Amino acid sequence: MFKYLKQLTSLVAMVAVLFTFTTESMAAKKSKTLKNTQKKGFVRCGVSQGLPGFSNADAAGNWTGVDVDVCRAVAAAVLGDANKVKFTPLSAKERFTALTSGEIDILSRNTTWTLSRDADIGLTFVGVNFYDGQGFMVRKSSGITSTSQFKDGISACTNIGTTTELNMRDFFNSKGISYEPVAFEKADEVVAAYDAGRCDTYTTDKSGLAAQRTKMKNPDEHIVLPETISKEPLGPVVRQGDAVWEDIVRWSLNTMIEAEEYGITSANADMMKTSDNPAIKRLVGAEGELGAAFGLDNDWSLRIIKQVGNYGESYKRNIADTGILPDRGPNQLWTKGGILYVPPAR
Amino acid sequence: MNFKLKDIVPQLITVLAVVLVFGFFTYNAQINMENRGIDFGYGFLSQESSFDVQFSLIEYDGSHSYFRAYLVGLLNTILVSVIGIIIATILGVIVGIARLSPNYLINKFAAFYVEFFRNIPLLLQIFFWYFAALRALPLPQDAEAMFGVFFLTIKGLYVPAFIWQNFNIFFYSIIAAVIAIIVIRAHAKKVQENQGKQIPVFLISIGLIFILPLLSFLIGGVRLSFEVPVLKQLATTSFIYEGGVSLPPELIALTLSLSLYTATFIAECVRAGIQGVGKGQKEAAASIGLTPNQVLKLVIMPQALRIIIPPTTNQYLNLTKNSSLAAAIAYPDLVLVFAGTALMQTGKAIEIVSITMFTYLTLSISISILMNWYNKKIAIQEK
Repeated sequence: MFKYLKQLTSLVAMVAVLFTFTTESMAAKKSKTLKNTQKKGFVRCGVSQGLPGFSNADAAGNWTGVDVDVCRAVAAAVLGDANKVKFTPLSAKERFTALTSGEIDILSRNTTWTLSRDADIGLTFVGVNFYDGQGFMVRKSSGITSTSQFKDGISACTNIGTTTELNMRDFFNSKGISYEPVAFEKADEVVAAYDAGRCDTYTTDKSGLAAQRTKMKNPDEHIVLPETISKEPLGPVVRQGDAVWEDIVRWSLNTMIEAEEYGITSANADMMKTSDNPAIKRLVGAEGELGAAFGLDNDWSLRIIKQVGNYGESYKRNIADTGILPDRGPNQLWTKGGILYVPPAR
Repeated sequence: MNFKLKDIVPQLITVLAVVLVFGFFTYNAQINMENRGIDFGYGFLSQESSFDVQFSLIEYDGSHSYFRAYLVGLLNTILVSVIGIIIATILGVIVGIARLSPNYLINKFAAFYVEFFRNIPLLLQIFFWYFAALRALPLPQDAEAMFGVFFLTIKGLYVPAFIWQNFNIFFYSIIAAVIAIIVIRAHAKKVQENQGKQIPVFLISIGLIFILPLLSFLIGGVRLSFEVPVLKQLATTSFIYEGGVSLPPELIALTLSLSLYTATFIAECVRAGIQGVGKGQKEAAASIGLTPNQVLKLVIMPQALRIIIPPTTNQYLNLTKNSSLAAAIAYPDLVLVFAGTALMQTGKAIEIVSITMFTYLTLSISISILMNWYNKKIAIQEK
């Protein structure tokens, strides 16, 4: 009797294990976030409160920028229309709470990928859409041309709740310079205070400095110093715990970068369907079944390229043509001397 | 029995509802945090904070713990609240009395001040004082010295620092003066009750508070010197003052806007309190030969205070809570340092927000208890 019972228990355990496996793999296909997004009909995307080139709204409320384009790409892939995005402007302080609490589904807000953020607070970084580094801006009239000319007592304006605050401390400590940190909650106030002369220098990511410089009363009076004091890989973030959604966002970004690598643009995407190169054919949905793994149709990547464009188009439209950073620097493809390198879509 | 049941049931239902609601939220938060791999705990408080703060009353830099950062923020909040409350009270009392002045100009000016400042949102006023003042203030190199030693610049107010020798003797002399004054006051009261004779306590007090510390300088070996701020060049067009004490413009702007705003409400409390004392009281007091000063001090104010204190307590609480708007202009208060930077660096949203809420609650309740104690002290003593 006892023996039977033991066998019965192990049988039940085996069935239970099998059952969990099957339900799990089915659940994986049906991403909760994906399902909710399709039901709502729009992608909920967290962006900055206005950073030209990355995420900035015009007078009519239309958002543009390379960060915005990531969300648009996801909307094109998932919903078929790049305009079906609801943007939520967030301060640096609010951004992670908004994501973990489920108010937004993608955080695409010039956010630096760090170990503690990735590991600690329930977030997953899916990639890098801009390689940046922290720098300093000063007034030209100050005669400072390098950070080596900084002296004890310098005051530095910045934002709270960013890696900037930590890097700044590391930098000044390593140089043995005493400094006065003046940290504001919103970028607009940082710029206003620096512009008024409250601080000797303004420090944040170099792309941010270049973008904010265009907002100054007289941009020509300010220069960004050549030194870069940190690595700031900026990229989109999703909530931890939805692997399929994570993959969709990651590969939407990767598609844009890989499309540039193969020369597929929004203009020629349809013609590329007849290309001889199988890698190109896969990217425009003419070969393979890449979308099926996410529970999407096969044209998801084609829609991204047609509606949003490849990474190069997005960069040119938002950052180069607006005069923020005409030179792509490290944000060039690996084939052209940059460090943009994504895994192959196959 | 029936009667009792009727009493208890609604209470029970309320308690049950509260417990259920709280329970639901706690459970929900727990499940969600577990799903997203977020740990709950206060262990982070002892970790190294690794960020610096602009202005701190205690020694602090990034190598200290998050708990130390919390203390820095808390002390900065208390500092701005205490200064704000003192200035708002003084200004409020003056304006409140001015509103009752028979002088048309003073009266109307006070009324204009009250209506103007209490009807503009506080955040707007803070921005105004900060950014307007910032633009108006001179750069350090252009600043004119006030009295030769104060420098008000865009980077802050620089004042001379006191450098004491034998400070403890000076401190004891002040304590001795205060004790002497208390003793003399008690004695004067007794003399007046027994013999009806008045001793000029006020003049004696003033004399004591000056003479004793002065003696400590002459024979106690106390020395005081000043360290006057000196201009220092950082770069071609960038200067600061070195030496002395510097008050950041953020603190000045915040204190100014909080006190100007709250003073309007306190002024109205004061006016209501004084007007609430019957006219007959003043006339009766005058008819027994009290001087106008005595009428105000002995008859009107003791009765008016009873009306003034409770609503003024509210204003003190408001000022303390409003100080959290500091985050907008980079004054490192509790919200900016702890619920801002520390929250961002650790991601411990629930823990940090709950600590911050609890801290404000404690601050508010402390002020309430203090003011209630004072209110009880001045209330009519039924005999």
